[in-house]
Amino acid sequence: MAHSHANQHEHHEKSEGHAHAGHGHHGHHGFAHPSPIWQLLAVFFALLALTVLTVYQSTLDLGNMEIWASLTIATIKAALVILFFMHMIHDKPFNIIMFLGTLVFVALFLGFTLMDAHNYKDLIEPGSITPK
Amino acid sequence: MSATELDASHNHSHGHDDHGHDHDHPAWLAHHFDDAEQQFDSGKLGIWLFLITEVLFFSGMFCAYAMYRSLHPEIWTFSSQFLNETLGAINTGVLLFSSLTMAWAVRCAMLGQNRGVVACTGMTIACAAIFLGVKAVEYSHKIDLGLLPAGFYVPQVAHPEHHEGLSKWLIYFMIVPGLLLVVLTAWYGQAVATANAVQKQIAGPLSVSALCFFLGVGLGLYLESGEAAEHGDKAHAAAADSHDAAHAEGDHAHEEAHASDAAHEPKDAATPAATESASTDSHADASHAADNEIISPDVNKPNAAGLFFSIYYCMTGVHAIHIIAGILVLTWVLVKAAQGQFHSEYFGPVDYVGLYWHLVDFIWIYLFPLLYLIT
Amino acid sequence: MSAVVTPGSVQTAEHSQSHRPDPNYLTHTKGFLSWALTLDHKRIGLMYLVGILTSFLLGGILALLLRAELFFPGEQMFSNDGYNQLFTLHGAVMVFLFIIPSVPAALGNFLVPVMLGAKDVAFPRLNLSSFYLWLAGTAFFLVALFSTGLDTGWTFYTPYSTLTQGPVVAATMGVFILGFSSIFTGLNFIVTINTMRPPGMTWFRMPLFLWATYATSIIQVLATPVLGITVLLLAAERVLKIGIFDPAYNGDPVAFQHFFWFYSHPAVYIMILPAMGIISELMSVHSHKAIFGYRMIAYSSVAIALFGFLVWGHHMFTSGMAEVTTIIFSALTFTVSIPSAIKVFNWLFTMYQGTVSMVTPMCYALAFLFLFTIGGLTGLFLGSLSTDRHLHDTYFVVAHFHYVMMGGTLIAFLGGLFHWWPKMIGKMYNELGGQISALVVFIGFNLTFLPQFVMGSRGMPRRYAQYDKEFEFLHQLSTVGAFVLGMGLFIAAGVLLSSLFRGRKAPANPWGGDTLEWHCESPPPFYNFLRPPVVKDPYDYSRLVYDNRVGGYVERPEDRASGSHK
Repeated sequence: MAHSHANQHEHHEKSEGHAHAGHGHHGHHGFAHPSPIWQLLAVFFALLALTVLTVYQSTLDLGNMEIWASLTIATIKAALVILFFMHMIHDKPFNIIMFLGTLVFVALFLGFTLMDAHNYKDLIEPGSITPK
Repeated sequence: MSATELDASHNHSHGHDDHGHDHDHPAWLAHHFDDAEQQFDSGKLGIWLFLITEVLFFSGMFCAYAMYRSLHPEIWTFSSQFLNETLGAINTGVLLFSSLTMAWAVRCAMLGQNRGVVACTGMTIACAAIFLGVKAVEYSHKIDLGLLPAGFYVPQVAHPEHHEGLSKWLIYFMIVPGLLLVVLTAWYGQAVATANAVQKQIAGPLSVSALCFFLGVGLGLYLESGEAAEHGDKAHAAAADSHDAAHAEGDHAHEEAHASDAAHEPKDAATPAATESASTDSHADASHAADNEIISPDVNKPNAAGLFFSIYYCMTGVHAIHIIAGILVLTWVLVKAAQGQFHSEYFGPVDYVGLYWHLVDFIWIYLFPLLYLIT
Repeated sequence: MSAVVTPGSVQTAEHSQSHRPDPNYLTHTKGFLSWALTLDHKRIGLMYLVGILTSFLLGGILALLLRAELFFPGEQMFSNDGYNQLFTLHGAVMVFLFIIPSVPAALGNFLVPVMLGAKDVAFPRLNLSSFYLWLAGTAFFLVALFSTGLDTGWTFYTPYSTLTQGPVVAATMGVFILGFSSIFTGLNFIVTINTMRPPGMTWFRMPLFLWATYATSIIQVLATPVLGITVLLLAAERVLKIGIFDPAYNGDPVAFQHFFWFYSHPAVYIMILPAMGIISELMSVHSHKAIFGYRMIAYSSVAIALFGFLVWGHHMFTSGMAEVTTIIFSALTFTVSIPSAIKVFNWLFTMYQGTVSMVTPMCYALAFLFLFTIGGLTGLFLGSLSTDRHLHDTYFVVAHFHYVMMGGTLIAFLGGLFHWWPKMIGKMYNELGGQISALVVFIGFNLTFLPQFVMGSRGMPRRYAQYDKEFEFLHQLSTVGAFVLGMGLFIAAGVLLSSLFRGRKAPANPWGGDTLEWHCESPPPFYNFLRPPVVKDPYDYSRLVYDNRVGGYVERPEDRASGSHK
């Protein structure tokens, strides 16, 4: 189970942290990971480029694929933000697993609800209800 | 209890002060943490958990979005034309830039450069204000046109009256930022007069940000008027099409609506939005070809396009509330930075607020194509 | 040496009764503000306890009014509308104000840091603010109570909730705020358990109550936001007419139920999981035997939390869900019974060959075991599609969830309250009184709800103020049972309250538990532990022995022979 694995991992780091704590509070702890400026700028311009790309893509006629194309670009952008701006590449594995695990629950929620709505839509009589 | 050291009862010295600090605890380290790293890790985990709740909170609206869009794609194609792509794209760029300055602020805090944190968070707040200014223009424009949630939606007509002067809704939206601008500028003036460096560092960026709201409004108005010529007319041409059709068909029976659907070849090739959109008359049969169909008059109605605007307002409205909350917490960071509180062992607040701010950006990254860029 | 109960500290205890009170978390500061602005998790827990028990009293009075109305078939005290408002408020108060915060917020706040060996929760200010959010949410509910009356049922199903005249917006705002309170509590506990463990407190040395709390917190963090957006959309539905749940605007009321139950089914596990954690502690301590299958109980808590997200559809079998979805959800529903059964069997094996002390908390624990098993097994009938068609919206459902929620959570909460009362307050209560209360509650509970299973299976629908003559006898049994149950709860309250004034001072370890909270004084000092305590197996009782001078358990001197107990 992903949880327990992450927990054990977390624990190892934890005991080290405490061993460290015993020596007092002086010195650089090394938990700060300042991002280099070139990286921040590179990510920003990549995000801008992807925004232009998604606007351009919206002018193409991709039919049913349009939504998937724009979602893919959005997901790449989101991944850039999470990995670099939100420092996930330096974060603890537990935090990463937790956040990504959340997406499973979101998928569960959306998946079941959508599946159900599509399956019962035929049971609803079309046009039987008039708007207020 | 040889192995257990529990002399907890002998800690009277702590008794009188609720959260008094141990002697070896610096002021920025809360009493119940052992060291800076433990404090930072706790805060970091806490903010990640909070972001998880935010993701699930928004997932409810994304779920509603996905449900109704997949069931009624024609509504989305039709209604999205009324959103101004340019303004959406500008706002996306503004938010992305604010994310850059936010990430930069975190870097500065980690390096103990408090002035850099002030500058970066100041820019972030200013971007947030521009975003809200543009949003205020978008909202007021839509409210004027009756592009409202389902219960208040007004079916669109061919040539909507263009308002002269400012929309009264835009004026309402500008009241609070206007007051803030006055108060903050006065505060800045006083800080300059009394040569209070800390207050100057706080009030300066904040007054600029308040001004930036109006910059956003101006930008929005300029682009909105430019767009009205081409984009807006396109949308309203489509609306007109559907509106005319609705009138033409009037009280006819459904069968006839079907027949007329087939008969309506694209009468106006100059309305690409109309010709390209998939048909989807709610009582349409599967036999309809996807292309070569005008938008059904059924779409330009409260229970169709109105539903789109319900979801539009819910999603962007809740997002805007998060932007406003972000401005408040960013201001808190700004104050702390102006007081020079951050250093390499204590930069948590900047990092946590940064994570929150990036999540707000993250949500918008999805909202922009999902709402504005549907063709 | 024993740092906890040495002759020296006993002396201190006697000393304190005469003149100088030993500062503990209750006495170290005085005055209203020292409570209202406290950041101490123990005081916050105690304030929660007071608030929650007050809501329970309110919800209980509403329940008795309901049962009194149902004593005769026709209309008695309340009109049909009045009855609707009454059961709505009973349900909403009990669910949102009492059960959900009961164990985690009241007992959990008090116990989690102490059991863990931490000085406080990770975010003390957030902790206090979650208490005030709870108060604010409660205020909104009271507005709903005293204004025109809410009559939607606690579930706020659309489209009725968008049409009714009741104060739906006030109530949904109350739920929204209470949701925040719940999220913050859960978030705080997850962070506390992850980052505040002292050296030696590995994941598998944590008391099972902490595992249960951790699993609960996962649900609180993951599910509650969805409730938040659901009620927010419902409020927008009424105020802004967004129509997302309104068929007139092509909206979908079944979607509301999906949204609602995505939270509210996992919320059932927010209610029962901490209760299971309490029972794990009680079973082991009062059997004076190590818990059987520690890891299985720990894993099953997390498994219940995760499986709990897969089964929400079983509340909607008759709501118009598609056939294929009902089949999937029905199948998934049965998976939850596996980890639940694992727990029950482990508790039984913990008692087996143990030395069971039939003290009050253990009486409640045994009652829990019996009632929860009935509640759980009757759930199987509701999870099966064919039987659910017949039983849905009957008293069978009412009886089922009362067996789980009340027979499960409430009984465990009471057991936990009696178990940790000496620790929280520092006073021992009257043991016989406590045992009597457990017996009366147990009898009254079964008398109330067993007849409802019979009525439900014979077709008595829920939520009706009037009913057919044929159900009269069973309804009367149920009403009599409800008043017996109420009496039992009043006895329990009396026993606890009288201990405040007449109870003897509690020893540090009255029951012989070995989790960390029994290693500090009763009541605990302000700082819990000055230095991180050294942690060992929480269920190893071989080092404890009863000491008559102290009236509780103390660490066995190394040279004494083993095998002694109460």
